[in-house]
Amino acid sequence: MTRIGYYPGCSLLGTAREYDESLRAILPRLGVELVDVPDWNCCGASSAHMLNHELSLSLPARILSNAEKGGITDMLVPCAACYNRFVMTIHELNEDRALRDRVADITGLDYRGTVRPLNILEFLATRTEAIKAKAALPFEHKVACYYGCLLVRPPQVMKFDRCEDPRTMDDLMTAVGADPVDWAFKVECCGAGLSITRPVMIGRLSGKIVVNAVKSGAEAIIVACPLCHANLDMRRSMINRMAGKNHAIPVLYITQAVGLAMGLKKRELGLHRHLVKVRFPEREGAHHGGPAVVLEAHVPEAGAETKEV
Amino acid sequence: MSRIGVFICHCGENIGATVDCARVAEEASRIPGVSHSIDYKYMCSDPGQNMIKEAIREKGLTGVVVGACSPRMHEPTFRRACAEAGLNPYLCEMANLREHCSWVHEKSEATTRKAFDLVKIMVEKVKRNQPLLPIKVPVTKTALVIGGGIAGIQAGLDIANAGHKVIMVEREPSIGGHMSQLSETFPTLDCSQCILTPRMVEVAQHPNITLYTYSELEGIEGFIGNFKAKIRKKARCVDEKLCTGCGMCTQKCPTKKIPSEFNTGLGLRSAIYVPFPQAVPNKPVIDKDHCTFFQKGKCKVCEKVCPAKAIRYDQEDEIIEVDVGAVVLATGFDVLGTDFFPEYGYGRYRDVINGLQFERLASASGPTIGVIQRPSDGKVPETVVFVSCAGSRDPAKGIEYCSKICCMYTAKHAMLYKHKVHEGNAYVFYMDIRAGGKMYDEFVRRAIEEDDVKYVRGRVSRIYEEDGKLVVKGVDTLLDHEPLEIRADMVVLATAGVANSGAEELAQKLHVSYDQYRFFAEAHPKLRPVETNTAGIFLAGACQSPRDIPETVSQASGAASKVAGLFSQDELTREPLIAVVNRTAPPLYSTCTGCGLCVPACPYQAIDMEEIRFRDGSVVKSAARVNPGLCQGCGTCVALCRVKAIDLQGYSNEQVYAELMAL
Repeated sequence: MTRIGYYPGCSLLGTAREYDESLRAILPRLGVELVDVPDWNCCGASSAHMLNHELSLSLPARILSNAEKGGITDMLVPCAACYNRFVMTIHELNEDRALRDRVADITGLDYRGTVRPLNILEFLATRTEAIKAKAALPFEHKVACYYGCLLVRPPQVMKFDRCEDPRTMDDLMTAVGADPVDWAFKVECCGAGLSITRPVMIGRLSGKIVVNAVKSGAEAIIVACPLCHANLDMRRSMINRMAGKNHAIPVLYITQAVGLAMGLKKRELGLHRHLVKVRFPEREGAHHGGPAVVLEAHVPEAGAETKEV
Repeated sequence: MSRIGVFICHCGENIGATVDCARVAEEASRIPGVSHSIDYKYMCSDPGQNMIKEAIREKGLTGVVVGACSPRMHEPTFRRACAEAGLNPYLCEMANLREHCSWVHEKSEATTRKAFDLVKIMVEKVKRNQPLLPIKVPVTKTALVIGGGIAGIQAGLDIANAGHKVIMVEREPSIGGHMSQLSETFPTLDCSQCILTPRMVEVAQHPNITLYTYSELEGIEGFIGNFKAKIRKKARCVDEKLCTGCGMCTQKCPTKKIPSEFNTGLGLRSAIYVPFPQAVPNKPVIDKDHCTFFQKGKCKVCEKVCPAKAIRYDQEDEIIEVDVGAVVLATGFDVLGTDFFPEYGYGRYRDVINGLQFERLASASGPTIGVIQRPSDGKVPETVVFVSCAGSRDPAKGIEYCSKICCMYTAKHAMLYKHKVHEGNAYVFYMDIRAGGKMYDEFVRRAIEEDDVKYVRGRVSRIYEEDGKLVVKGVDTLLDHEPLEIRADMVVLATAGVANSGAEELAQKLHVSYDQYRFFAEAHPKLRPVETNTAGIFLAGACQSPRDIPETVSQASGAASKVAGLFSQDELTREPLIAVVNRTAPPLYSTCTGCGLCVPACPYQAIDMEEIRFRDGSVVKSAARVNPGLCQGCGTCVALCRVKAIDLQGYSNEQVYAELMAL
């Protein structure tokens, strides 16, 4: 068993519970055990870095200091927004000694910079062989791998994959038997930050992503970020209303797709929590991966108040 | 007793703002042996040089130290001034107070102290300098031109017309370079081939020019006026003397589906091929990687059909050795791939092409005979988007510099498209329009105003295929700042101009410096633009940085005039800073013991052994001998000599020790 630090952040305990559940479900098969960062706090994503620069650095710095105290060197951060904050903070504190001292003053904790945050894709990519070995039920679907913005941008700092055309998730999905489609919206903006304030814009921006995925013949969209998932799944009614269509393409976390390939049960992976039902076209009816628009009666419709929790 | 003069230059503010020059001069006057010491604002100017001359005459100076810029810059200037005043020029030395001191340090006490130290060590060196006489070497009046594009053609013709021999080496099967691939040229829209091909023929027929195509420089040795070059003439597998260029072999060759390099992959060629019908020489080459005979051992169709019996499957590469006095580098440029711009879909979508490919589409000799047809299905595109700066001026992902030619050729492309497809829509996404040059801005205005090309100021973020169209996502930063989507049938990327492949290895072979982008570096960016730092090697064209045809041609003529100037002399003077083996009085004759260690150590093969004889002819001893024409003064032999019998003139061990002891 490899023990590795874990920072779930707020999403994985709330709206993205299934991300946490599916991650914890697949980890034993990869021989990894998670150790929570002691006394962790909010990473400050989506609000702190817009409002107060020092706060936006101090929040992640406090978590990193606590992780250091807890003897953690590698820290898995499944949420792309949290991951982005950690990498940005480490970058800024490395660049500016005075800022580093100031932040240490604010947190009251020593920060040495010994913790390496890992995003879910690089974490899984280093274990591709193990995942392949455990993939008993190949995930034989056409998938659109959606990376979103936070894992790859800004490229000078994130230094992860090719910024405009990343490959890591596509390679992982290929390893579990999927067929990633070549599509144009891998890193397109889903409108994440405006999900609450301007839902109509989400309808438009995320709608384009869903439409392009469907047009490319994908049967599922795979994501690695709770915000992407929220916008593509939870906001589907808005998307469909604006597009005038009933797009029923499901949105899965990479951990869920890997879990399915490992033969885990849907419930273990939290698939029942999605608003857009996780269903794939029948093999025969898949007609060369045509559009996954389901025209039957009870597709999850507007509002989606009937969340099965 | 030495009488040394010290002259400290302010170099305007270059040195004066950081170093207290007056104090350096004042303190230098107290060094034993210094009899004159002053400072002045511009020592290299006429009044400054006169100060040196007057001091030499009036005070009878035995040596001069000028504390100024790098000796690379002005050593010849000051040595000439000394010579004019009657002092042997090799008794003048420079202390580099600019590059080695003021430019790299802040203004401080320590900086001034360092400047003084630099002057002091030079004073100690000059005290031990010996008067030297320059070495005379003959000049081989033949120029080697590497590269047969428009730059090489122009330089070669100019040198040949000045009455000197030229050897031109081109690695492709034909000369002509990129210019032969172009359709029309800006800003006059005259046909590129029409103005180029006559010159190509002139090269081939010129009595002073020897042309080696399908050949590369293997190696070069020697120095200005006296280079020895080895040229590898790659096997064409065709006897050029017998071949009449009838074209039977290319017609009958069964392997015809090879992407043509000349047509940038948009057309096909056979395995035995002439790159294009106007090629010079019009002799085919067998592409061994694709030839059925070379790959499978069977075929020989070309041999059967050749009426002149010119096919030679067993031909081998030939190494040709030539003596030349000067080299002109004219190896040109290449266009950048777009691997690091995956969002533009080059290579993924067949209708996303680069600028050079568009030239072939628009060219009357191209794969579509000049009809603008998109590569995927041959349809005439109704909407074409041109993306300028696709890689240039992008420090984050592309290259930092401006490729200079793209603004103009993009305007030309859009214009050519509109001239051929009147109802079509042409969009150009641009950052800035850089159209400096005679009739250049007018040309761009004409594209916008008369030919209705729609210029959109903004960058393209992504290009993808949807419903059979290429969706170009960008932004118009002038109108509403709104994201913009254009559904196009074809996209032309103005990818950056980069150094040609192999530029780095060639530069290393020739000992020419190059920049971080592998472009060859000029000796001085303003005042010596066609020379390299290696004497006798000159530059022409886009191997130095991306440039257009007029600039390339004027630079090529500039390089040619430099070569002609060099060849106008029968002898060259060389710096006498070379190794010498000491000679002493009898009975020793020389302290050289004749061990011969220096002979194999010399990188220039400049040392051999000679026998020292009595008057009666009997041998006293054998000793090393340095050929002053070949010695480059590197000092390897000096470091190796166990009995210190070899020393470097101008940089003797004694002088270098004195410099160190002065600190």
